[in-house]
Amino acid sequence: MLKIHDLWVSIDGRQILKGVNFSMDYGEINVLFGPNGAGKTTFMMTLMGFPRYKIEQGKIYFKGMDITNQDLYERARLGLGISFQRPPTVRGVTLKKIIDIIANNGADDAGIKEKIEQLNLAGHLQRGLNDGFSGGEMKRSELLQLMVQRPELVLIDEPESGVDIENISLVGEAINSLLGKDKVKDPKRGALIITHTGYILDFVNADKGYIVFDGVFVCRGNPRDILSEIKRHGYRRCAECR
Amino acid sequence: MPVRKSYFSEIQARAEGAREKKAAFGPDIDLSRYTQHIERGKIESLESMATHAKEAAIMTGMSLAEEERAGSYMQVDQSVVYEHLNKSYEGQLEIMSTTDALERYDWLEDYFWKSVPVDQDKFTAQAAIHMTHGYFIRVFAHQKPQYPVQSCLLVAENNISQNVHNIIIVEEGAELQVITGCTLSNNEAEGIHLGISEFYVKKGGKLFFTMIHNWAENFHVRPRTWAVVEEDGAFVSNYVLLKPVKSIQAFPVAYLKGDRASAKFNTVVYGLKDSYIDLGSRIILEGKDTRGESVARTIAADESVIYSRGDLIAKTKDYCLAHLDCRGIVFSPRADIYAIPQLISDGAMKAELSHEASIGPIAEEQVEYLMSRGISREDAISVITSGFLNLDIPYIPEFLDKNIKEVIQATSKEAL
Repeated sequence: MLKIHDLWVSIDGRQILKGVNFSMDYGEINVLFGPNGAGKTTFMMTLMGFPRYKIEQGKIYFKGMDITNQDLYERARLGLGISFQRPPTVRGVTLKKIIDIIANNGADDAGIKEKIEQLNLAGHLQRGLNDGFSGGEMKRSELLQLMVQRPELVLIDEPESGVDIENISLVGEAINSLLGKDKVKDPKRGALIITHTGYILDFVNADKGYIVFDGVFVCRGNPRDILSEIKRHGYRRCAECR
Repeated sequence: MPVRKSYFSEIQARAEGAREKKAAFGPDIDLSRYTQHIERGKIESLESMATHAKEAAIMTGMSLAEEERAGSYMQVDQSVVYEHLNKSYEGQLEIMSTTDALERYDWLEDYFWKSVPVDQDKFTAQAAIHMTHGYFIRVFAHQKPQYPVQSCLLVAENNISQNVHNIIIVEEGAELQVITGCTLSNNEAEGIHLGISEFYVKKGGKLFFTMIHNWAENFHVRPRTWAVVEEDGAFVSNYVLLKPVKSIQAFPVAYLKGDRASAKFNTVVYGLKDSYIDLGSRIILEGKDTRGESVARTIAADESVIYSRGDLIAKTKDYCLAHLDCRGIVFSPRADIYAIPQLISDGAMKAELSHEASIGPIAEEQVEYLMSRGISREDAISVITSGFLNLDIPYIPEFLDKNIKEVIQATSKEAL
């Protein structure tokens, strides 16, 4: 589904990713760990195609297609979707408006009401996107948009950040629902999830874990094992692995 | 009984004295260029108007079938062509031309040229000396018509100076919605629209006034508006300009005379081509516990120049509260926006006045955010622009709200 070859990325002239090689299969759920500034979000934003993230070298293949030079919205239409850690506020554009637009773009237009109920967002539909939303409301709004968009590969940046305990299970269940894990017949969607705390692993059954350190992927393994290792020793051993 | 002749003479004399007086804002205009006078006959229904006129009227929110309307007033050039009050509203309100009202009610002397100064500038003077009707709407005490009154002031011919004088009286405890469209049926026409509007909201009354302006590139517009709001009264003004205009300058005033009176201005302006737009609102807080709010959203595209003014003037020794919110987006390197908020406390030690004004581009991160949902760049900008201009105007009829949103949507796409 996704294959990355020797990816070098800079932001405003600063080198962040330094030769990333990575691949994942259809329906896989992979988790990215790593200290702040290691390049996790940069990796995600580059996959999605945000112009600020400049690809210096390397290739990105998605569903067998070279998308290295494809535009952001084209990648979204091809099947990539992202849940932002801190999405911007768009005053005047309501959540309902954006849901309507996404639904008309060929995404799922059935059962949207059910999803809104599931995410407890009925009262937010007429509000500006993320305008005054709490951390949990933002995450739920992000997931609702993605549920309507139905990407084949979902990039989720820190689903737990700013979310209280009560909302984490709601977010976790929504991610499972988004990925089709709650229904046997649904096609399984792949996900890349960035997490610092690992709370999300209580809800999402992740296949593999990776540690991103100083712009490269240094470890791969069982996500729970990696999380325990990080909890015990932090990231200081990563420098040695590198 | 008509208004006293001597009162008209006084008005005329004051107007004569201001014939050459330039306006405080906006480019000066040689009014002698617009001398065409055309008399038109009455029409039996709005549907019987010429096609161009009908289309223009519809674009300002007019319902030709008069569905969900308490009544209608239509003026073409200098002639009143249609006045109609829905039968079920008889006894609740009255609609006629101001000219007829001045013939009928001598007490109108207490309202006619009593808030807008006739000698304010050459435009008020011209409107007094060569008055060409305008509407008079009076809603009787404690009456609250369910549906709005609609009016359309249309210019069809070249070199016209349409000089209307509108008066609305909302009597004690009454409520009224008015939708006014001012427009052209010939987009090539040169000319000027002078609109004097004097609104009086009595004790506990409410007036929700919505004005849609659809002008064109060769046309000048100089409205002069005052709303006098008494105790516990409320005045809401919604103004929308989404088409090019040669020049428009207006600075409507809400004078909160009575205690607990309130006023709100919502202004939506999209500057296109080489439009010169100087618009604002002024709220004078004189009564105790008066409240005012002024919200403006402006977009300057092409070579347009927009002045967005807002004055909050507190004159009460008691508490009052007012806020000004003025935001603009410049879409073109050749366009200008001047946001000029002004707070004045005239010895009003308990007044709370505030403002926020900003001018900036559409945030790139917002555009990219929408693009990440599969929306093209062009569509993302259009959606954000429409959202910026949509003020969720309260009390606006649903059909009109939809119409405004559609126009914004279409116009913002065109401007890219």
